[in-house]
Amino acid sequence: MNKLTSKLKGNKLAQIILLVLYVLITSLSLYLAQASVTAFLLMLFSLLLLYYTELPDRLKWLIAGVVLIGVIPFVSSTGPGYQSYMEVATVVGIYVAMALGLNIVVGLAGLLDLGFVAFFAIGAYTYGIFATGQAANFMPFGTFPLSGESFWIFILIGCFVAALFGVLLGIPVLRVKGDYLAIVTLGFGEIIRIVFNNLDKPVNITNGAMGLASVKPPEIFGYQFVYPNQFYYIVLAILFLVILAVRRFEFSKIGRSWKAVRENEIAAQSMGIHLVRTKLLAFAIGASFSGMMGVVFAAKQTFVDPTSFTLLESITILVMVILGGMGSVPGVILGAAVITILNLQVLTEVTNYLNQLSLDGVISFPEALAPAKMQRFIFGAILIIFAIYRPQGLIPSKNPVFDEESLKEGSKKHRKEKITVEPDKGFQA
Amino acid sequence: MSILTVSNLTKQFGGLVAVNSVDMTVEKGSITAVIGPNGAGKTTFFNLITGVYQPDNGNVQLGSSSLVGLKPHEISRHGIARTFQNIRLFSNITVLENVMVGLHKQLKAGIVGTLFQTKKVREEEQLAKEEAYHWLEYVGLAKHLNEDAQNLSYGAQRRLEIARALATKPKLLLLDEPAAGMNPRETRELTEFIHRMREDLDVTIVLIEHDMKLVMEISEQIFVLDHGEKIAEGKPAEIRNNVKVIEAYLGKSAVTPA
Ligand SMILES: Nc1ncnc2c1ncn2[C@@H]1O[C@H](COP(=O)(O)OP(=O)(O)OP(=O)(O)O)[C@@H](O)[C@H]1O
Ligand SMILES: [Mg+2]
Repeated sequence: MNKLTSKLKGNKLAQIILLVLYVLITSLSLYLAQASVTAFLLMLFSLLLLYYTELPDRLKWLIAGVVLIGVIPFVSSTGPGYQSYMEVATVVGIYVAMALGLNIVVGLAGLLDLGFVAFFAIGAYTYGIFATGQAANFMPFGTFPLSGESFWIFILIGCFVAALFGVLLGIPVLRVKGDYLAIVTLGFGEIIRIVFNNLDKPVNITNGAMGLASVKPPEIFGYQFVYPNQFYYIVLAILFLVILAVRRFEFSKIGRSWKAVRENEIAAQSMGIHLVRTKLLAFAIGASFSGMMGVVFAAKQTFVDPTSFTLLESITILVMVILGGMGSVPGVILGAAVITILNLQVLTEVTNYLNQLSLDGVISFPEALAPAKMQRFIFGAILIIFAIYRPQGLIPSKNPVFDEESLKEGSKKHRKEKITVEPDKGFQA
Repeated sequence: MSILTVSNLTKQFGGLVAVNSVDMTVEKGSITAVIGPNGAGKTTFFNLITGVYQPDNGNVQLGSSSLVGLKPHEISRHGIARTFQNIRLFSNITVLENVMVGLHKQLKAGIVGTLFQTKKVREEEQLAKEEAYHWLEYVGLAKHLNEDAQNLSYGAQRRLEIARALATKPKLLLLDEPAAGMNPRETRELTEFIHRMREDLDVTIVLIEHDMKLVMEISEQIFVLDHGEKIAEGKPAEIRNNVKVIEAYLGKSAVTPA
C-alpha cells in the first residue's frame, strides 16, 4: 500500500486515470444497483480522492463541478432512490454552508458559539413569514404570501438579516470571553428559538409552536422548484459562492486579523486591530451563510417551526467543525458531509438492518439495546474514536506556503537606502 | 525635543500601588532604559502607555496628543509598538503572517474588495507579503518565513516580535526585557541591533531590561523604578553610583556597612 502511494505521488497522469476509473466504476455501480446506499457513498467519496490528488486547483474545481453538477445527479436519476439521494445531498450542502459559517467564528476567530443555529432560524423565518400568509397579520401594506419569485431576493435578504442579527447579538455577547462566551451564546440561541415559539401574540408574527405551513416554493419564469433534485442545484450554487467567499476571506487582511485575535487578543490589539469590530465581522459573516441556507431550508421544507432549531442542531454543527478540523475549509466540508450522511443514511441503514435481523430472529436485542436506541450510541462512539485518533480533525488546517524567491525579489523595493540586510545572519550587523 | 511625556502616572491594583506618580520625559531619537527590581512596576508602566491598562491618575502624551483613555489599537495607530515580556506571538500562523498582521493598519482592503479580489486588493496583498518579508530579512528570520511561529527558537521568537512591531512603523518602540533568556552572544548581537534600528528607522526606543551590562552600554537615559515609584533618573554613569539605586537592588546593608 505504501509502495503504491509513493509510486502515485508526483505522477499526475496516473492520478487522473485512477480517479476517472474510480468515478466510472462507482457511477456504473450506482447506475446499475440503484437503491444501493454504498454505491452512492462511494460515488461521493470520489470528491475526497480528488482533493488528495496533486492536480492544479483549477482542474480540481472543474472536475468537482462536473461530478457534482453532471455525474452524480445523472447516474442516480433513473432509480427509485433518486429523490432520497438528492435530498441527502441537498441537506449535506446546507450543513456544509452552515459549518463553514461557524468555522469562521470558531475556527478562525476562536469564538466558541453554541447558539449558531439561531441565524439559520432567522433566515428560515425571514422567508417563511413573507412567503406565507403570515405577514398579512402585521404588515399594513402589500399582499401576502409573496410569490415564489421573491425567493431569489430573499436569499440575499436572509443573508443580510442574519448578518445584522449577528452584529446585534454580538455587541452584548462579545463583552465576555472564553467559556462564558459559550454559555452566553447558548442562551441567546435558546432565546431566539423561544421568541419564535411565542411570537404569536400579541401580534401573530411567527405563528408560534404551530409553525408556518405551505411556504411558497421558489419559482423562476414560471418554473417551480419543489423536488430535492431541483433544490440540489440551488444549494450547489450557493455553496460554491460560500466556499469562494470563505477562501478569499481566510487569506486576506480580514482573515489574518481573525486569526490574530484567536491567537492572542492583546498582541492583536497592539498591532492596531480593532478587537470588537473584528469579532463582530466574524459573527456577521458566519451568520450570513446560515441565513442564506435558512431561506433555502424554509423553501425546501415548505414548513418552518421552532423545533428545527434546537440546541442539538447548534451542537451538531459545532461537531462538524471540530471533527472536520477547526479552521480548515476542506476539513469542515468533509466533517459536515460525514456527520450528515452518518445521521441520515448510514446509521439509519444500520438500524434498519439490525431491526430486520431481530425480526428474523437471527439475533435478539434486550429492550435497553434496541437498535433504534443504539443509533445515538454508535454516533457517540464514532465521535470519540475520531477525537482520539484525529485530534486535529479529519483534515487539519494548513497554513499557506509562501514562495520565498518571489518575495526576495519584491522585498528590495521596501528597503530604505541606508538599510542593509544580510539575510539569516541574525542580529549581526 | 521630547516625544513621550508621562506625568504623575498612577495605577493601583486593589491595595497595591503598582505605579505611583511617575514622571518621565523621553527624548526623540534616544534609547532609554527603565530598570528596577522584580515587581517594581515596569511592565505595568508599559501597559499604561500602550492602553492595556487605564491609569487611575496622570497623563501620557505622545508628541502633542494625550493617549489617556485610548484603546490599545488606537495607541498603535498613534505610532507606539511594543514587544512583550512573556512572548505573545500568533503561535499557530506562519512567521511571515505574524509580520503581515503588523501591517494591518496600513492595508485598505475591505469586505467588498476582499470578496471580489479587486486588482487593488491583490496588489496590496502582494506588496504586504513583500514588505513583511523585508522585515524578516531585517531581523534575520527570512529563511523561516513558512514556519509556524511557535516552532521558532526562543531567541528567534523575540526577534519575530521585534519584526512584527517594526512592521507597524512605530515612532516609539517599547521593548519589555528583550534580552531575557538570551545567551551572551545573542545579547551582544541584540545590543548592536538596537543601535542599528535607531539609526536605520528613526525610531525612539524605550526598553525594560535586567541585564545591566546591556543597559549601561546602550542607554542614554535611565529611569529606575522601585515599588512603583521612580527613585532615580540620569545617565548610566550617574545611575551606577546612585545610592538609592544600589539600595533598591542590593538592600540597605550594601550602602551602610553594619
Ligand atoms: N493585572 C494585575 N492585577 C494585580 N496585580 C498586578 C497586575 N499586574 C501587575 N500586578 C502587580 O503589580 C506589581 C508590578 O508588576 P509588574 O509586572 O509591572 O512588575 P515588573 O517591574 O515588570 O517586574 P518584573 O521585572 O518581574 O517583570 C507586581 O506586584 C504585580 O504583582
Ligand atoms: Mg515585567
